[in-house]
Amino acid sequence: MDWLYRFPHMDDSTLTALKKSIDGGFRAFTRAYGDAIESFFDPLQYFLIHSERFMTTTPWPIIIALIAAIAWFASRNWKIVASAIITLLLIGFFDMWNDTMKTVSMIFVCTVLSIAVGIPIGILMSRSDRLQSLINPVLDVMQTMPSFVYLIPVVMLLGIGRVPGLIAVVVYAIPPIIRLTNLGIRLVDKDVLEAADAFGSSNWQRLKNVQMPLALPTIMAGINQTIMMALAMVVIASMIGVQGLGQPVLKAIANQYFTLGMFNGLAIVGIAIIFDRTSQAYGKRLQKHLETVHG
Amino acid sequence: MAEASARGTGIIIKNLYKIFGKNPQAYIEAVRNGMSKTELNAEHGHVLGLKDINIDMPAGCIQVVMGLSGSGKSTLIRHINRLIDPTAGEVLVDDTDVVKMNENELRQFRRHKTAMVFQKFALLPHRTVLENAVYGLEIQGVPREKQLEAAGRWIARVGLEGFEDNYPNQLSGGMQQRVGLARALTNDAPILLMDEAFSALDPLIRMDMQSVLLDLQKEIKKTVVFITHDLDEALRLGDRIAILRDGEIVQQGTGQDIVLKPADDYISSFVKEVNRGRVIMVDTIMTSDMRNGGTGLPSVATGTILEHAARIMSEEHVSEIHVHDDKGKPIGHIDMQAVISAMVTPISHETRQEAAE
Ligand SMILES: Nc1ncnc2c1ncn2[C@@H]1O[C@H](COP(=O)(O)OP(=O)(O)OP(=O)(O)O)[C@@H](O)[C@H]1O
Ligand SMILES: [Mg+2]
Repeated sequence: MDWLYRFPHMDDSTLTALKKSIDGGFRAFTRAYGDAIESFFDPLQYFLIHSERFMTTTPWPIIIALIAAIAWFASRNWKIVASAIITLLLIGFFDMWNDTMKTVSMIFVCTVLSIAVGIPIGILMSRSDRLQSLINPVLDVMQTMPSFVYLIPVVMLLGIGRVPGLIAVVVYAIPPIIRLTNLGIRLVDKDVLEAADAFGSSNWQRLKNVQMPLALPTIMAGINQTIMMALAMVVIASMIGVQGLGQPVLKAIANQYFTLGMFNGLAIVGIAIIFDRTSQAYGKRLQKHLETVHG
Repeated sequence: MAEASARGTGIIIKNLYKIFGKNPQAYIEAVRNGMSKTELNAEHGHVLGLKDINIDMPAGCIQVVMGLSGSGKSTLIRHINRLIDPTAGEVLVDDTDVVKMNENELRQFRRHKTAMVFQKFALLPHRTVLENAVYGLEIQGVPREKQLEAAGRWIARVGLEGFEDNYPNQLSGGMQQRVGLARALTNDAPILLMDEAFSALDPLIRMDMQSVLLDLQKEIKKTVVFITHDLDEALRLGDRIAILRDGEIVQQGTGQDIVLKPADDYISSFVKEVNRGRVIMVDTIMTSDMRNGGTGLPSVATGTILEHAARIMSEEHVSEIHVHDDKGKPIGHIDMQAVISAMVTPISHETRQEAAE
C-alpha cells in the first residue's frame, strides 16, 4: 500500500536527466544566441539610460513642475495635482529623490514598451477568435506564474542589469493592456461600426475613427493596471540589478532595517497613487461623451 | 461615375433570400419549396429573414417599404449596400451585382453611390455634430473646406444650426436622428437608404423633414429607399410602396393601388386608418358624363386629391366639379356625394370581395 502514501513519481534519475537536458539546451541556446539577443535589445538600453539620466540630472523643481503639468492635463483636477506635488516634496525631504526618479524612469520606459507591444497584440487578438483563444492561456500563465520565475531565463539570457529587469517587468505587466485592448475593441457598439462600414470605411479607417476612440477608456484602464503591476514588479526586479526604490527595500529585508524598508515602501505607494489617480481621471475624461444620456 | 448619376441609379432586387443561422445554404432549397418561417425556426433553428424578394426601383423614385415590426424591413434595406450578405439572389445597381463585388469595389460603391440613415441613429459618440456630418466625405478624402461647406448647409437644413459643436449625447433623440439625416445628405450619393429615418421626430419636424426630402427630389433626383411604419408618411412620400410580411412581399404598387385594392386583410388593416381624402385622386372616382360640355363649373386637374376637390367645392358653394387633363380639356365630373362616400368608406377586404361576387 506504499503507493497510496507516496505519490508514484517519475524515477529520480530520469527526472534529473530531463531537467538537466532542458537546462543544457537552454544554456546552449544562450551561448549561441545570447549576444545576438543582447544587441537586439540595445535600443532599449539606450532608451533606459537616457530616460534615467534625464530624470536624475534635471533640477528637481523642473521635474516636479513637469509631473504636476502632466497630472493637470490628464486629470484637470487641482486636488490630484496638489497631492502629487506634496507626495514628491515629502519623498525628496526624506532623501529618496534619486531612487524615486530612477524608479519613475523605469516605470515610464516599461509603460511605453508595454503600450507599444501590447496594443498591437490586443488589436490583432480582437480581430480573430482563434488568435484570442491562443493568446488568452499564454496571458493566464504570464499573470499567475510567480514573478521570481521570470527572472531566471531573463538572467540566463541577458545577465544582470537594466535591460533584463525591464524585460522581466514588461512580461509581468503587459497582460492587462493586451486583454483590455482586445476587450475594448470587441465591446464597440455594433451599430456604430455598421454605420462606419455603410459609409465605406477601410479597415484602417474603422480602426482609427471608430474602434480605437471608442475602446480608449477601456484601454486606459488596462494601462492603469499595467503601471500598477510594473510598480509591484520593480521591487522584485531590483534583485537582478534594477536601480531605484527596490534596492533599499531589498537591503532593508536582508538587514532588518525596518524604517528604511517602510520609507521606501511608502515612496512606492506614493508614486503608485499619483500614477493611478492621474491615469484614472484621464480615463474618466475620455469617457465623458461616450455615455448615453438619452434613451 | 458622374455619367451614371446623371441618368440616375436604379435598383433591381431579384429573387433575394436571406436565412439567418449557422448553415443557411442547407435550407435554401426547402424554403424555395415553400417551408414556412415558423417551421424553419421551430424545427431547424434558423430564421427566415427574407423570402423571394423582387423589387424594381426606378432611378429617381422614392420606394417605400412598409411592414410590421420584425417583418424584415431593416434586413432588406441592408442588402442594398450589402451590410448583410444574402443567402441567394441578386441586387443590381446600374447593372452591377452588389452581391458579387469584391471588398474594394464594395467600399467604393458604398462611398460614392450610397448614404444611409439608421433606425438607431448610429452616430459616432466621440464626434461632434459637425464631425459626424462630415464623416462620409472625410473618408472619401474630400478637401476639408468642401466637407465643412456641405455639412454646414445640411446641418442648417435639418434645423440644427448652433448645435455643430455639441456631442450626440447632449442632444434629444429627435435631434440625433436629424444628425443622422444630415450625415447621409452631406454624403450626396445617388442612392439614399433611410431606415425609419423620421420615426423619432415629432409631427411638426417630421412634416418638415418630409418636405426636405420631397424638395430634394425635385432638384436632384435620388433613388430613395424609405422604410416606415406610418402609412400616411408612406403615401405622402412614396412613388411606389412595397409591403412586407414575415419576410415576404405581400403587395407592391402605387399608394392608390394599395389603398384602393388592398391585396389581403393584413394590408386592409394597415389601410383602414389612413386619411383617404389625402390619398385618393379625383381620377379614381370621376364619371365621364359632363354637364354643359364641361363648362360652368369650377374645375380641377387630374391627380388632385379628394380633400382638395372638396375644399374647392365648399369654397365655391357648389356641389359638383369638373376634372380636366394636363391640357385643360375637361374629361370628367364628380359630385360631393361621390367624394364623401369615397372618403368615409374604408372598404374592408372581405366586403370588397363579397361585393365582387
Ligand atoms: N442577425 C440576425 N440573426 C437572426 N435573426 C435575425 C437577425 N437579424 C434579423 N433577424 C430576424 O429577422 C427578422 C426581421 O428583422 P428586421 O430587423 O429586418 O425587422 P424590421 O422589419 O426592421 O423590424 P422593426 O420595424 O422592428 O425595425 C426578425 O424576425 C429578426 O428576428
Ligand atoms: Mg428595422
